Amino acid sequence: MREEPMLVLRDIRKTFHPGTVMQTVALAGASLTLNRGDFVTVIGGNGAGKSTMLNAVAGTFPVDSGSISIAGREVTHLPEHRRAVLLGRVFQDPMTGTAATMNIEENLALAARRGEKRHLRWGITQKERALYREKLASLDLGLETRLGSKVGLLSGGQRQALTLLMATLKRPELLLLDEHTAALDPKTAEKVLTLTDQLIRENELTALMVTHNMKDALALGNRTIMMHEGRIILDLKEEEKRSMTVGDLLEQFEKTSGRKLDNDRMLLAT
Amino acid sequence: MNIAQLLNQMPGAVAQGLIWGIMAIGVYITFRILDIADLTVDGSFATGGAVAAILITNGVHPWVAVLAAVAAGMAAGAVTGVFHTAMGIPAILAGILTQLALYSVNLRIQGIGTDLGSRANVPMSINKYKNMLVSLRNVGQFTLENPIWLMLLMTAILIGAMYWFFGTEYGCGLRAVGANPQMARAQGINTGTGKVAGLMISNGLVAFSGALMAQYQGFSDVSMGRGAIVIGLAAVIIGEVIFGKLFRNFALRLLAVSIGAIIYYLVIQVVLWLGLSTDDLKLLTALVVAVFLAMPHWKSRIIPRKRKEAGQHA
Repeated sequence: MREEPMLVLRDIRKTFHPGTVMQTVALAGASLTLNRGDFVTVIGGNGAGKSTMLNAVAGTFPVDSGSISIAGREVTHLPEHRRAVLLGRVFQDPMTGTAATMNIEENLALAARRGEKRHLRWGITQKERALYREKLASLDLGLETRLGSKVGLLSGGQRQALTLLMATLKRPELLLLDEHTAALDPKTAEKVLTLTDQLIRENELTALMVTHNMKDALALGNRTIMMHEGRIILDLKEEEKRSMTVGDLLEQFEKTSGRKLDNDRMLLAT
Repeated sequence: MNIAQLLNQMPGAVAQGLIWGIMAIGVYITFRILDIADLTVDGSFATGGAVAAILITNGVHPWVAVLAAVAAGMAAGAVTGVFHTAMGIPAILAGILTQLALYSVNLRIQGIGTDLGSRANVPMSINKYKNMLVSLRNVGQFTLENPIWLMLLMTAILIGAMYWFFGTEYGCGLRAVGANPQMARAQGINTGTGKVAGLMISNGLVAFSGALMAQYQGFSDVSMGRGAIVIGLAAVIIGEVIFGKLFRNFALRLLAVSIGAIIYYLVIQVVLWLGLSTDDLKLLTALVVAVFLAMPHWKSRIIPRKRKEAGQHA
């Protein structure tokens, strides 16, 4: 039996503000197939379409053309909230993934019911609380004793770790990570990244991770794709990745795109 | 100035405060939970009064009339919700549109059975409709007839019901819609229908309050809801300023709103007693609410944000 790919993007196109002076072609025919268990890192310059591609998968906006299917389900015309059942998401801004005015356990309970019908029964059960305490303890951030604390009181790193936990609490078919460590200080970023890798391995998740850190892009996952002007211009498989340095990657980029890589946040350290 | 005269006014102020408190809880749901300033309430408060009055004067039992008023208020909230979510009209404008439309609707409701088919005022004397739930006539008495008892009971039941509802899976989802719509959608919550549901619940409560107010004062008037949003906000803000630090629990926060409405009416009685003309009341209310709404803004400019600074360290 042939296994169904977890994500198939076919020739996705998206232009923002068409017909105005602000017209921007964000995706110009992006195609990508992810197999079960693929952990793909995504790199590229400013405006290459990395985040736009993730948002197209999540359904934040309708695409102009092309088709998207997740775990064998055609979702091209589904609104964002109906795709949520298939997706776990962590955003760049730590504020985006959690509800600041609700407490930790309420945020987790919302995530535990991702994509399910919400009934008129009590929102959190005692059994769940025990599970959340256990899961929070595994983050090693001391959050397991703060189930009743408002999420707004947490630091950016704590919020991102919580969002990551929420995104994987109910097993997603596909995990979307949109530069989720970019807003954190280097030490915290490293911690969150380690946690990301750990969660993906433990749960054998399929993931798509945008990063501005070339080193991380090469070190993590089994595939790396590079985007440029709304297309995927490079797709490195595991073996190719392993033998590559950041310098090689930059060279490859220049060769394929015909220009130097520009990304304000790109960390070129080797 | 006669202090006895002021004290005489107090029970009435408490009763009025309790009735408006229910309206203010409705405002709390949109303003604080859904993060929408919903101006529908000026219209739906009067709609509640109009529906209750026309039904009671036609011999319908007051409880049934109140339920019908709630349904009418929910319908009004649904209209605002559809204007906002399905038609993309900004929430404030959507509320104003519904409020304006309701003025005509309320005239028509009150005009049912009249030759003109439209009426600005429906009188319903307690002498004639003896089974009305609350009446200001009994507010000074130490009997069970005193409307304050029933209002206390209804407020307690409503707060309990809201506490339960917003603690359910569905209710938690609605809170997420207001707290962070992007996160809510990522969790599979339809933020559009969530907002419509919240607006319906809110305006149902507001109409409930209007239906009680009409009975209490013995008439329904097409303009009885004018400025309701500001009174509701005043109650919410007074409650938060006084009890914000003390009351963390959701039920207690709603209780604070109700107490806020009572305090508002007590203060109103005092300033009237001090010689302010009733004509100037709305000006005073608007200015007081404006000052309190400005508080968080001023605070953030004067006092350094300690919490935010602390939050930047991982």
